[in-house]
Amino acid sequence: PRVCVVGSGPAGFYTAQHILKHHGGALVDIYEKLPVPFGLVRFGVAPDHPEVKNVTNTFTQTARSGRCGFYGNVTVGRDVTVPELQQAYHAVVLSYGAEDNRVLGIPGENLPGVYSARAFVGWYNGLPENQDLKPDLSCETALILGHGNVALDIARILLSPLQLLRKTDITDSSLAALACSKVKRVWLVGRRGPLQVAFTIKELREMINLPGARAVLDPADFKGLESAVKDASRPRKRLTELMIKTALEKPVEMQAAAAGAAAPREWGLKFQRSPQEVLPSADGRRARGVRMALTRLEGSGDSAKAIPTGDVEELECGLVLSSIGYRSLPLDPAVPFDSQRGVIPNSSGRVEGVPGLYCSGWVKRGPTGVIITTMNDSFDTAQSLLEDLQGGVLDISPSREGFGLVESILHSRGVRPVSFSDWEKIDAAEVARGKAAGKPREKIVDPAEMLRIIGH
Amino acid sequence: VNVVFVDREGRQVPVRGRVGDNVLHLAQRHGLELEGACEASLACSTCHVYISEPHLARLPAPEEREEDLLDQAPLLQENSRLGCQLRLSPALEGARIALPRLTRNFYVDGHVPKPH
Repeated sequence: PRVCVVGSGPAGFYTAQHILKHHGGALVDIYEKLPVPFGLVRFGVAPDHPEVKNVTNTFTQTARSGRCGFYGNVTVGRDVTVPELQQAYHAVVLSYGAEDNRVLGIPGENLPGVYSARAFVGWYNGLPENQDLKPDLSCETALILGHGNVALDIARILLSPLQLLRKTDITDSSLAALACSKVKRVWLVGRRGPLQVAFTIKELREMINLPGARAVLDPADFKGLESAVKDASRPRKRLTELMIKTALEKPVEMQAAAAGAAAPREWGLKFQRSPQEVLPSADGRRARGVRMALTRLEGSGDSAKAIPTGDVEELECGLVLSSIGYRSLPLDPAVPFDSQRGVIPNSSGRVEGVPGLYCSGWVKRGPTGVIITTMNDSFDTAQSLLEDLQGGVLDISPSREGFGLVESILHSRGVRPVSFSDWEKIDAAEVARGKAAGKPREKIVDPAEMLRIIGH
Repeated sequence: VNVVFVDREGRQVPVRGRVGDNVLHLAQRHGLELEGACEASLACSTCHVYISEPHLARLPAPEEREEDLLDQAPLLQENSRLGCQLRLSPALEGARIALPRLTRNFYVDGHVPKPH
């Protein structure tokens, strides 16, 4: 049986891996719109989290296996359609993730100085489409709207000592911009309370221990929470206890000089504030602050809702990062899409109403979760596909040509795919360039340059 | 050291290893489907396993970094550990090391969206 996977991030690769492992005859082709694989592992995971990226070694093993093909530089939905893929393969798995972000939907959102977290992360991680972001880091205070791990990642990158960032795979151009950054204070602002934060303890601890920066947490925000979490789940309990401990601790003398900063940088958490409007500067040319509605909580736990009280507050800042969630987009008219939930309607990865079509990862469940969640989810989809093969639900009697058919379609449209060994040449070039600077790699951020390196 | 792995379908896989063997790598060498995405660098929870009592109590306690990652593991139990942090020792003789069972209902029952 020939299987096609659309997307080469963790979802795509783990789904392919599971199918290949459990079906000795299956051939799996992975398609990717960029010339380079690995999706958010390359473009989302923070530069100072290199161990998380070790998973690419597993993916590389899969890609190099005889029954797996990789075709980069192919945009499914444009260069080849999903119905065309369904003609070429017995089964198609959509694992293309979430390339967009949720919008605040408030006035002033489009003022200079306001960016989506997704674009900012793409910028410092070398995602080609975000290279011209040119974020303005000339202000002292940044507001990050959102209390998830992405918000913490951005706060950490904004406040990390340069000598630490310099040794990572952060792009050279963003490093240069951060070297000139005036940002010394970062507030992470959320609509709800401490018991609803979505970030996790490992990342919070990292922020608390960041050299040259001190945590500013208001003890008043944590009143009574010690007892409130007595019966909470272990992760929630430990996380809340760490926040309380940090809020009550006396600030430690920071070795500001050692960290290379003139004065200690600071970061803090603000709760129960919902953004109403990004306020413009006097000349109307940029953001100067955000007006927040103060909220109260109705209900408790994960389902607590933030209700505006009527009171407002203005927070001054020159940089606003909106970190309120990624969002998937519909790929092809032939694929059902639930625009409200931002996912492909499915049952255990089987796309509703379309036999032979499957989905895995964020486009299946929604854009949350770490690598283990996506891994389990991908195995779940692969299981459905394998069951369907075994049970005859997936008919493999018609012969399908796989890439043989797709190749001629792409050729007729002037599209030249990038192979996995092509990627390995790009990879080698990046590693070589990074070596001189003491970095694991210097990412190439221009797709045209990538194609030049491989002779396309 | 003799241990018994229990795979995701509940099948028992007796394994004889040596003192000092890393539990994650031992499982992988014997064909068990235990992933080590971050390659034993304490940056993921894909090698999550359950250790039988009384063996669990005989192990050195997890360091804070392991506890933080266990918080992210689906189906966390009292006897959860990260396989990459465990080494075989006489204390583990006869231990049952079980992989979390990801049933098809996993995503219907009790699935809580995880942060990212």
